[in-house]
Amino acid sequence: MAVVPNMPKVWRAETKPHKFCPGCGHGLVLKALGEAIDELGIQERVVFGCDIGCSLLSWDFFNADTVQTHHGRTTPVMAGVKRARPDRICIAYMGDGGGYAIGSQHLVNAASRNEKITVLLANNCNYAMTGGQMAPTTLPEMKTETTPYGRNVEETGYPTQGPEMVAAITGEGAYTARGTVANLRQLKKYIKRALQNQMDGRGFSFVEALSGCPTNWSTNAKDTWKFLEEMMPRFFIVGEIKVPKDLVATKTKG
Amino acid sequence: MEATAQATATLERTLAEKPSKRKKSIEKGKPGEKERPIEKEKRVFMTGNEAVAWAALAADADIMYGYPITPQNEIMHYWTRLAPRYGKRFLQTEDEISAGFTTCGGVLSGKRAFTATAGPGNILMQESMSMAEMLRLPTVLVVQQRGGPSTARVIIWQKETILTCYGGNGEGFRIVYSTSSHQDLFDYTIKAFNTAWKYRFPTFVLGDGYQAKMRESLYIYDPAERGIEMEKTYPFLGQEGMPGVDRDPAHLRNTYNTEEELLAVISDYAAEYNRIAPELIEYDAVDTDDAELVLLAHGVVARAALAAVRTLRSQGVKAGYFRPITIRPFPAEQLRQIARSAREFVVAESAQGQLLKLVQEAIYGETIPIDPYLMPGQGITAEELVEYVREKINGQRKFH
Repeated sequence: MAVVPNMPKVWRAETKPHKFCPGCGHGLVLKALGEAIDELGIQERVVFGCDIGCSLLSWDFFNADTVQTHHGRTTPVMAGVKRARPDRICIAYMGDGGGYAIGSQHLVNAASRNEKITVLLANNCNYAMTGGQMAPTTLPEMKTETTPYGRNVEETGYPTQGPEMVAAITGEGAYTARGTVANLRQLKKYIKRALQNQMDGRGFSFVEALSGCPTNWSTNAKDTWKFLEEMMPRFFIVGEIKVPKDLVATKTKG
Repeated sequence: MEATAQATATLERTLAEKPSKRKKSIEKGKPGEKERPIEKEKRVFMTGNEAVAWAALAADADIMYGYPITPQNEIMHYWTRLAPRYGKRFLQTEDEISAGFTTCGGVLSGKRAFTATAGPGNILMQESMSMAEMLRLPTVLVVQQRGGPSTARVIIWQKETILTCYGGNGEGFRIVYSTSSHQDLFDYTIKAFNTAWKYRFPTFVLGDGYQAKMRESLYIYDPAERGIEMEKTYPFLGQEGMPGVDRDPAHLRNTYNTEEELLAVISDYAAEYNRIAPELIEYDAVDTDDAELVLLAHGVVARAALAAVRTLRSQGVKAGYFRPITIRPFPAEQLRQIARSAREFVVAESAQGQLLKLVQEAIYGETIPIDPYLMPGQGITAEELVEYVREKINGQRKFH
């Protein structure tokens, strides 16, 4: 008998299998998000916005109202929705290029204003949809199409520390964490807390998810996991960075 | 020393007083209480920016998103003072990119949302306005033209004419009202909300720095008082019911798998736009029936053109006046009829031939000569137009 994995209720079966490459981390991040939405019982209230890049392929992923926006602009669209309809749960989904490069001013200012939205960002160390160029998150010495001899930190700096930056510039009530698709239970817990924080109207919530990109990393399954589990955490520390006290006191196990 | 101490004391007192004062002034009309902002029609003397803010209030706009830029700032200033009294909202964003996209978010939520900008800000807003165009979002954007790049002159430049009609990654599926007076700014700001929500195309109110900053008389009114019913708004995202169970989820996108799929969408938009264009087209024509020379202008320049035509007529010159009010869609057929009876057009504009291009496209195939009177970045007066036409007639200038 074939084993059929349990998929979140909020998944839209009609659009599966999804459009991501084999081995891509997006499906896992979205699964964790889907389970978090299910467990919090908020499907009816969710407004989901996706960016440009591979994240756009989630435009028909969920049984949830969704808008696919422009590169970097998902944060302001979701902030605009939230300001107009505070009863909605607004989730901005993007990649590292969308959040840390072209949309960085929106991330910084939405965080500074403590917008009551949740930003979920998949970090796979490169611009994947466009064929694997250097991203703000590309690791030192990592080869990409625009750093064919490896990222030279003297010329291009070090990988962006997104959740740490957001934690530094947000006021009280903000939640930031970094999870990984290599630990889905933990990632789901972080996403749930981020959503709960929005539901409580406490403040901005931000989760970065370390995510795999075997297509552009040119890695097989084993090396993909090695990169995810061994290389990326050297530069991106997994864990919660900023947790409002009353969120911990009241909320969610596991 | 004493003066400094006094100033410090005053500042401290003000700071201490402020929260309660602010609360008191907002509570003058409690949020959601919905007393109408304008009870009875009244004649007022105000700036164009103030007129726009009052119009948005009168139109029952729900939320404004904005970023500071001269010469539109006072639209925000009046909105932020007035709006909270009527339960309406405001968000100051980090730039015009964000102001445009948050406006899209407000509209997606089913709210009568708007923003305002000018010049370099208009450039940055074209990205979000092309999203609005391609998702058929009824955004309203008030543009007080100043041109650019950078500072330029901040007062007048009809440089944003083509940009506002055709900017961004769009095909010009927009409605653009070019206003001449403060009454226009008030009337067409109200109308813009209704046009946008009735037809689902992004709608623009075009003015300029002169209109924004100068004061003049106009009537402000409650649209209901004049029998104007505001179009109902509805959410594109966040509708009632469980998505996937009670209803299909809304999946809005600008990503297409095949050329044919995209072509079908654009063709559908084009057909719809062309179908509604005759209902939307507005223009003003004076003395064109027997006119030999017709002055064409839009926006604030049209006021000079109309005044010039009146003077020329009083001097026995067979002059006429034509002003497109909707510059997108353009009143092409109406202008073509005039092109067949008149002897010459003079196109006057504070730009290097943007209205001129729209006119040439509109009457393509007609043989009437067009004499451009182009003053990029400079205002145009009735007197100089009268003089220009008289010199033509007297043979001091070439009369085609």
